[in-house]
Amino acid sequence: MTGAAPILSLEGISKSYPGVRALNDVSLHLMPGEVLGLIGENGAGKSTLMKVLGGVVAPSAGRIRVGGREWSRLTVADAQGAGIAFVHQELNLFDNLDVAANVLFGREPLRGGPLRLVDRAAARARVAPLLARLGADFTPDTPVAALSIAQRQLVEIAKALAAEARIIIFDEPTSSLTLAETARLLSVVQELRAAGTAIIYITHRLAEIVDCADRVVCLRDGRMAGTLARHEIGHATMIRLMIGRELRALYTPPARPPGPGGLRAEGLVTTAFPRATADLDIRAGEILGLAGLVGAGRTSLARTLFGLDPARAGRVMLDGRPLRLASPRDAVAAGIYLAPEDRKAAGLILSLPIAENVSLASLRRFARFFLLDRQAEREVAERQARALRLKAPHVGVAAGTLSGGNQQKVVLAKWLSMAPRVILFDEPTRGIDAGAKGEIYALMRALADEGVAILMISSDMEEVIGVSDRIAVMHEGRISGILNRDLFSEQAVLRLAIGQTEEAGA
Amino acid sequence: MTRKDLGLGLLLVVIGAITALLNPLFLSTVNLLNMANLIGLFGIFSIGQGLIIITGGIDLSVGAMFALLGVVFVDLLVNYEVFWPYAVLIVLVAGLLLGALHGVLVTRLGMQPFVVTLCGLLIYRGAARYYTQDGTMGFGYAGDLDTLTWLASGRSFGIPHPFLALVVVALVVGVLLHRSVFGRYLYAVGRNEEAARHSGIDTRAVVVGAYLLGGLLAGLSTVLLVFYTSSVSPSSFGNFYELYAIAAAVLGGCSLRGGEGSVLGIVLGTVLLQILQNLVNILGIPSSLNFAVMGSVILMGVLADQQLGRRRAALATA
Repeated sequence: MTGAAPILSLEGISKSYPGVRALNDVSLHLMPGEVLGLIGENGAGKSTLMKVLGGVVAPSAGRIRVGGREWSRLTVADAQGAGIAFVHQELNLFDNLDVAANVLFGREPLRGGPLRLVDRAAARARVAPLLARLGADFTPDTPVAALSIAQRQLVEIAKALAAEARIIIFDEPTSSLTLAETARLLSVVQELRAAGTAIIYITHRLAEIVDCADRVVCLRDGRMAGTLARHEIGHATMIRLMIGRELRALYTPPARPPGPGGLRAEGLVTTAFPRATADLDIRAGEILGLAGLVGAGRTSLARTLFGLDPARAGRVMLDGRPLRLASPRDAVAAGIYLAPEDRKAAGLILSLPIAENVSLASLRRFARFFLLDRQAEREVAERQARALRLKAPHVGVAAGTLSGGNQQKVVLAKWLSMAPRVILFDEPTRGIDAGAKGEIYALMRALADEGVAILMISSDMEEVIGVSDRIAVMHEGRISGILNRDLFSEQAVLRLAIGQTEEAGA
Repeated sequence: MTRKDLGLGLLLVVIGAITALLNPLFLSTVNLLNMANLIGLFGIFSIGQGLIIITGGIDLSVGAMFALLGVVFVDLLVNYEVFWPYAVLIVLVAGLLLGALHGVLVTRLGMQPFVVTLCGLLIYRGAARYYTQDGTMGFGYAGDLDTLTWLASGRSFGIPHPFLALVVVALVVGVLLHRSVFGRYLYAVGRNEEAARHSGIDTRAVVVGAYLLGGLLAGLSTVLLVFYTSSVSPSSFGNFYELYAIAAAVLGGCSLRGGEGSVLGIVLGTVLLQILQNLVNILGIPSSLNFAVMGSVILMGVLADQQLGRRRAALATA
């Protein structure tokens, strides 16, 4: 392939958001018939880079060259016109339509002149050979709703082929696939490469990169961390590229060793991973970090502990007493609270005032003969707002008007105004600026020192290592390892997160 | 009083003043008392409708419920000679049961409120017509119903009882909705059910509660409506009343997306609808245009509210 012109090259791509540099001078190129593995931790900038390629995000600086043309920013139409197609983690299919309609969406063969009727026979005839090429075991008139995730992925690929894509970007394509399905997908990737398609393959599963990539590019903190040629690709070399950054000192040690109580889950089976069991011990007075890759089942575990999703098996005990967790009501009654990942959808009612959000979970407390004592409600909210140093004009303003960090404080105020025993934080600082992050960490520590058991789910490695007293790592629904503070390292966490045991990765 | 209620109140005064100028009979005691009576009758079940709309649901079945409960009520009184307090109690309980049925179908079985109550509309109307073989039921020579007749359609201090009943219902439900734990839950669930569930609220019980109240108020309305018309013809009794109720609630500031609305607003919405009806009659507009006038005013009212809201939001962020 030497001597040939790259089909895609990115030069000096940067993207800044207020307060964050998501991409910093990233350059890469892609040859026809090449599979480029793109790796990096959660938040390293892979998604942003791909959004730049898809025309969804405009870069702040840099040039994009595809084929012979050059842009400073792409639109979605530019990207599609240039032959860039995506096979996403979250599938973008209409599951109420059949396969042929999805594959040819927007370019349906027409008949009937001005009536613009869809020529369904022609559509099927055009889609059938694409499916055959991908080795699909379903027909063009199958409804998408009837297909498995793996089959839907093939539909996405067929869609890319129908669009005559020259560059196909696979974004975590195998996160929901079984081993056999993954093997088949990888053989499809080989087939595409042989036909001259250029491929960018993004995954956390390093084994797949070893299997299929010709070259690896690694991003770290929005910058290029390095490139590996085919013969250099290996687990150890890739992990070394992905980490390797000084951690800032975030850690405040607990005031006293963890107490005897806490929340204990034994043999817990969540609905997301019906074949895996998880055991977890969150001790009173400690901050237990819960690390893992996106989709490892961490949120699902927290939802089960909070009673949102039923446990398929296993039991949960608080201070040694078994709990019945059929609904969040049971969890709240037991003093187990969740600060959810999606604050806007699940943590708050944005249109309601701060005070009403704070009182929502403990409203009965403010009932005097079934009427609400709004004065008392307001006082409690004001006390919490002061304690948490909430930045808001007064507690009567709608929660939706606050910044991310202050919204998170309202969620916390709701729980702190009650009597917390266990607080489950799911990505507590996502979308929160650096200053407010520090305040949230300090708050978690203060709560732990008061004897609250704290679980902190986080995809931010710096945060997990910097804040936790112990780290539990999840992989595909089970706890793949628990690290004590003296064993903390990004390498150790990452190895457990990709499902390796300590020995195998060394 | 919210800004929305204030705007609606202003609109009421303006339309009332215009009508009064065009025809002074509008302000005559007879006309006003007649209107008050109708406002009472329609307001009570509109409040029930509003509660259900605040949960993000809808009740299309109220009109047909009046027919079914109405024929049962008259039958109990006339043919079975049930002592009237028992008959009233049975109708109220039957209303509660139908509300509970809707609530359970919506929350436990996850059916859409529109579908559940649309089927209710068809079923209850059909059942009512079958029950009487499409015949009109009246009181004929029924026994001693003077007390009940006075209670349901009489006057105290010159004010029609249905209007007084509405005042009581509006006060009770107003306090419940705007000052109680249940009311707060109702708004929370209607606006963001997920967040309410995350706060440990039994969201299904809250929604069922709204349907129960809606059913109870429909039962109460049945009793009053039966004595207003003094007979029930099952194919037309209460026909389209669900639409009056929805119109009053929407005009009164309830959003069909849920989580919004006030009792005062719903009452004002009811009043506005009745004034419009009255305006059509009193100004000699052909009564066939009745619905068209109502529809136009609701359309303009909601549109104006939306545009003003958008402008206010734009000002707030600017």
